[in-house]
Amino acid sequence: MNDVIHVEHLRKTYGRKVAVDDISFQVAEGEIFGLLGRNGAGKTTAVECLEGLRHPDSGRMRVLGLDPRTQAQELRQNIGAQLQESALPDRIKVWEALDLFSAFVSRGNDWRPMLEQWGLEEKRNSAFSSLSGGQRQRLLVALALVSNPRVVFLDEMTTGLDPAARRVAWELIRRIRDRGTTVVLVTHFMDEAEYLCDRVAVVDHGRIIALDSPQGLIASRAGKVRITFSTSAADLSWLESVPNVQRVVRRSTRVEVEGSGPVLALVATALVSHGILPSDLRAEQPSLEDVFLSLTGNAAGS
Amino acid sequence: MRSLIKLTWVELKLFTREPVTLVFTLALPLILLLVLAEVFGNTPDPEGKIYRGVGPMDYYTPAYVGLVISAVGIIGLPVHLAGYRERGVLRRLRASSVSAWTVLGSQVAVSFTIAIIGFVLLTAATMLGYDVHPPKEPGLFAIAFVISTLAFASLGVLLGAVLPTARAAQLVGLLLFFVMMFVAGAGPPPEVLSQTLRDVAKVMPLSHIVVLLQDPWLGFGWNNARFLIAAGFLAAGALLSVKFFRWE
Ligand SMILES: Nc1ncnc2c1ncn2[C@@H]1O[C@H](COP(=O)(O)OP(=O)(O)OP(=O)(O)O)[C@@H](O)[C@H]1O
Ligand SMILES: [Mg+2]
Repeated sequence: MNDVIHVEHLRKTYGRKVAVDDISFQVAEGEIFGLLGRNGAGKTTAVECLEGLRHPDSGRMRVLGLDPRTQAQELRQNIGAQLQESALPDRIKVWEALDLFSAFVSRGNDWRPMLEQWGLEEKRNSAFSSLSGGQRQRLLVALALVSNPRVVFLDEMTTGLDPAARRVAWELIRRIRDRGTTVVLVTHFMDEAEYLCDRVAVVDHGRIIALDSPQGLIASRAGKVRITFSTSAADLSWLESVPNVQRVVRRSTRVEVEGSGPVLALVATALVSHGILPSDLRAEQPSLEDVFLSLTGNAAGS
Repeated sequence: MRSLIKLTWVELKLFTREPVTLVFTLALPLILLLVLAEVFGNTPDPEGKIYRGVGPMDYYTPAYVGLVISAVGIIGLPVHLAGYRERGVLRRLRASSVSAWTVLGSQVAVSFTIAIIGFVLLTAATMLGYDVHPPKEPGLFAIAFVISTLAFASLGVLLGAVLPTARAAQLVGLLLFFVMMFVAGAGPPPEVLSQTLRDVAKVMPLSHIVVLLQDPWLGFGWNNARFLIAAGFLAAGALLSVKFFRWE
């Protein structure tokens, strides 16, 4: 196994606040590795430790065999970073930024094709401050890639992008991976994680509470099936005693049944035998979002 | 090296797009110098008591070269650096393996370029319009020019390192700029200032830079005392900058 990133027991605190408690993971060459987690879970902190931008309190890290604490300068020659928070000078033009950042490393890409790839061709002579939020974001992602990095860290890369631009970004990231670049992707979009990531880690309160492929994570909870239908029948208490049913929730005419295994067939049969024939009977497999919410708790605030 | 050259080139272009800085570093000194020229001309005081015995414009031209150098150092540089840090530009540069030396080196290089442009503008204007003579000892003047620019660049980097925001840097910079301009040699000649103002001038780096630049220009030789003071500002600024410089 050719590990490009190796993290063991990473820990970082700000005064009393524990941002990263204890995080360990490995990323193989050419992998797209996702970090999911609620606001404040510690994703950005962990990633910026790997980029050598923050100094962890303890733990062992290796990126491309280099220690980000002591070999940051050499490391940064070989990685690309799109930071969650950063900016460019207000009056720098789009092409000047690409040209400048490609000069910072010796193996920089030709930046001209990137203008078109990232939909910035029309804006090549516009000042950074005059770009829309999504255009800025695209430029910052392009800057992370213009150095032709071996590992790229993208911290909420598609935040602020319109749906079409997101799809384009996904394709570009896939293409970059196909050329052998390793990608670490922090995201809040479950469809993005499902579409792009080979593996995802769910971070909660500074720890990894689950780590698997998106399909694996879903499968681990796939026992659960959710069935919904509408009915005006008054009494549904018998539903609870149908085999495999775990929970029944009713909101006026909407009914939601949660269960496992062949619960759909069992519920359907029971409904028919009680003379209820709903036309909108549906079963849903849990999505990555359901898995995420059940892992991290779905109450607002933490 | 390639990063430094590229960054310096971009920074120079950005400088020309920053109207406020352009006004204070180049336009204002030039306009003020021309106003003074219209008012005082270049005929020396017959008794030789003020303007060090030379023509007012011979006196003011090197002094205003000093003013340009100080404006770049205490207005241009700190506002720029503090703004970069505040907005996360420094973080972005750092993440792309740009070293602190490259960032600071490009700022010093920009300071030099603007100082040279200011020197050419001011000198050309007063030489052509008011019979000001060029520096009498160009070699020594060039050395004084380099020391002065480095000293103010290092003070500028220090201010940019300790002041938290671009606004704070602008406020402090403008305040220092105007005080220095009026009491430190670019305003009334020191001979007519009160003792208190002369004491204030003594702690202002510009007053020493002005004499350091004037002496070789006017043919008074090399002023070692002022050179040591300028070198002191340079060293203190550089050492403290290294101590206080922060990326974020
Ligand atoms: N510079 C800092 N000083 C103090 N506390 C910080 C600092 N940076 C982050 N924190 C705290 O550390 C915790 C983790 O922050 P971090 O930015 O890593 O979260 P995140 O997972 O990236 O969240 P988000 O999804 O909102 O970006 C938060 O509670 C945050 O308040
Ligand atoms: Mg974050």
